[in-house]
Amino acid sequence: MFHRESGYYKTTYAADMALYPLPIARWTVAGIALAMCIAPFVLHAYYVSVINLILVATVGALGLNILVGYTGQISIGHAAFMSVGAYTAANLAVRLDLPFWVTLPAGGLMAAAIGAIVGIPSLRIKGLYLAIATLAGQLIIEWTINHVPWISGGMQASIEVPRPTLFGAQLRTQHQLYWFLLFFAVLAIVGTLNLVRSRIGRAFIAIRDQDIAAEIIGINIFRYKLLAFAISSFYAGVTGVLYTYYLGIANYEQFQIVTSIDYLAMIIIGGLGSILGSIFGAIFVTLLPIAIRLAMENWGAFLFGDADINNLIPNLRLMVFGGLIIVFLVLEPEGLNRLWRNIRSYFRVWPFSY
Amino acid sequence: MAAGAAQLRVEGVAKQFGGVTAVDEVSLEVQQGEILSVIGPNGAGKTSLLNMVSGFYRPDRGRIAFEGEDITNLPPSRIAERGIARTFQNIALFKGMTVLDNLMLGRHVRMKSGVFASFVYWGLAQKEEMAHREKVEDLIEFLKLEDLRKQPTGALSYGLQKRVELGRALALEPKALLLDEPMGGMNQEEKEDMARYVLDVNEERGTTIILIEHDMGVVMDISKRVVVLDRGRVIAAGEPKSVQANPEVIRAYLGTKHAIRKAA
Ligand SMILES: Nc1ncnc2c1ncn2[C@@H]1O[C@H](COP(=O)(O)OP(=O)(O)OP(=O)(O)O)[C@@H](O)[C@H]1O
Ligand SMILES: [Mg+2]
Repeated sequence: MFHRESGYYKTTYAADMALYPLPIARWTVAGIALAMCIAPFVLHAYYVSVINLILVATVGALGLNILVGYTGQISIGHAAFMSVGAYTAANLAVRLDLPFWVTLPAGGLMAAAIGAIVGIPSLRIKGLYLAIATLAGQLIIEWTINHVPWISGGMQASIEVPRPTLFGAQLRTQHQLYWFLLFFAVLAIVGTLNLVRSRIGRAFIAIRDQDIAAEIIGINIFRYKLLAFAISSFYAGVTGVLYTYYLGIANYEQFQIVTSIDYLAMIIIGGLGSILGSIFGAIFVTLLPIAIRLAMENWGAFLFGDADINNLIPNLRLMVFGGLIIVFLVLEPEGLNRLWRNIRSYFRVWPFSY
Repeated sequence: MAAGAAQLRVEGVAKQFGGVTAVDEVSLEVQQGEILSVIGPNGAGKTSLLNMVSGFYRPDRGRIAFEGEDITNLPPSRIAERGIARTFQNIALFKGMTVLDNLMLGRHVRMKSGVFASFVYWGLAQKEEMAHREKVEDLIEFLKLEDLRKQPTGALSYGLQKRVELGRALALEPKALLLDEPMGGMNQEEKEDMARYVLDVNEERGTTIILIEHDMGVVMDISKRVVVLDRGRVIAAGEPKSVQANPEVIRAYLGTKHAIRKAA
């Protein structure tokens, strides 16, 4: 993630395989960790709630990146997998009064199972066709949740869910939720870092890069593609559960195709096949609409009428995303992560640039 | 496996593509620990034969058995699990990955860490990584790839890529190794190195080797037995010397660009 390469030699395999082999990288991570610990004490609840959204999105972006960036498969159905997690957890929490440490993995597992099923066509089809197959998955799941009151709770397909309880105390404020969400975001980041540097993750990358060679070294392509769908959907399911706890309500409107596109935008803009990129993407895509809203509210009145502004904001958001996805796909397929690396390597030789 | 029984047995195997008969009723037996060369003019069906043994093509007819068990319809990954590794005529490395990662991937079937162990890493998965890293380091030393460990394989020269691909196949600790023109496109020095590695592997590990090669000098030097394919059929088999003198073999090669050269 963050490291300088020159002038430092590693002596053991364990050190060579460490996540952050270089001292400066460890210091950077420690600095960020410290900032994350101080942040809630100095920030207003509104800003904390924005960070909370980023934390939730990070989990989802990491999951989608495992599938798309690392395994080379595509899914336009990820929002639906999130809704599977959300409604699974909501039903368990409301009907059976189960705590988050049961509903969270349960939501993840249910989404993993559904995701693996939606991933079955990936054995035979690739690219655009797989995209359409997963899109169909998205629509079927959306429709099902919407039309089966037993799942969706009937009234407007939403279920109110009490906020999670930790050590007997309910997490009510954004500040309290922050620690809860931070824990799972960090768990997802570290887990993903570990996953992609060990046997399973290498197999995923192998399938992405060269499926024939992957088969010849004994990787069962079908099994691993389904596994990638399952793991990725597990993250999506957990994201859905976290978001539900964040909102205090499970609502299908939060998990429509637009959300699937948002998450794809995160990993494309942030960087495919990159963990840091997933985080960058989650930050960027979460902040962008807020920035657009702020900009329009402050300066939009010079150009448009009040009524127009409210219509324009969501559309502008889509237009900016669409534009950015195209720009990044064409100009910088490795996303913000690559830009970051370029900046870093610039400073690595600074002040002796060239 | 009974003593003397063949390790790999190919029986009456055939494969057609549209109107082209790539492989036509080929039968052959390979003994454990043997080095067998498969030669023949371009388009003779050599690669197609390897593709059937390694599971990429399903034979239209015939049967393939490895260590007494039928592997005819197994997918490539299952065949790899049984201990058959191979390299490709036109190199199939993971080009964006380092030499080290390519070799670690070669150990896939020998490793066990599942999703949960990988996710947690510290503990089981790390221990496994280190144990296998050591095996891979032995291979890196054997193939003299020390300085290239962290290089992406796509940036290496053709000859080095072939060597890394051999390394990846060896990482699987195969019982039988199928090499499809491992010396193709190499200069004389690289060819000699490669021949040395192949012989060492065979001698030190007892690995069975099936080698497709056009360079007759190499074939004569390292193989104990040669099978000649022409238009999908076995036209001769036996010791290198006798095969080379076989009039049918000479006829098959006449006018092809790989005319048989006198062995050194
Ligand atoms: N997948 C395929 N689809 C169609 N035809 C094929 C396929 N694979 C092989 N063939 C044909 O089968 C015949 C044998 O090809 P093969 O590649 O096995 O020959 P080879 O002996 O390996 O030749 P070379 O020395 O050029 O590598 C050729 O006519 C080839 O065009
Ligand atoms: Mg060939």
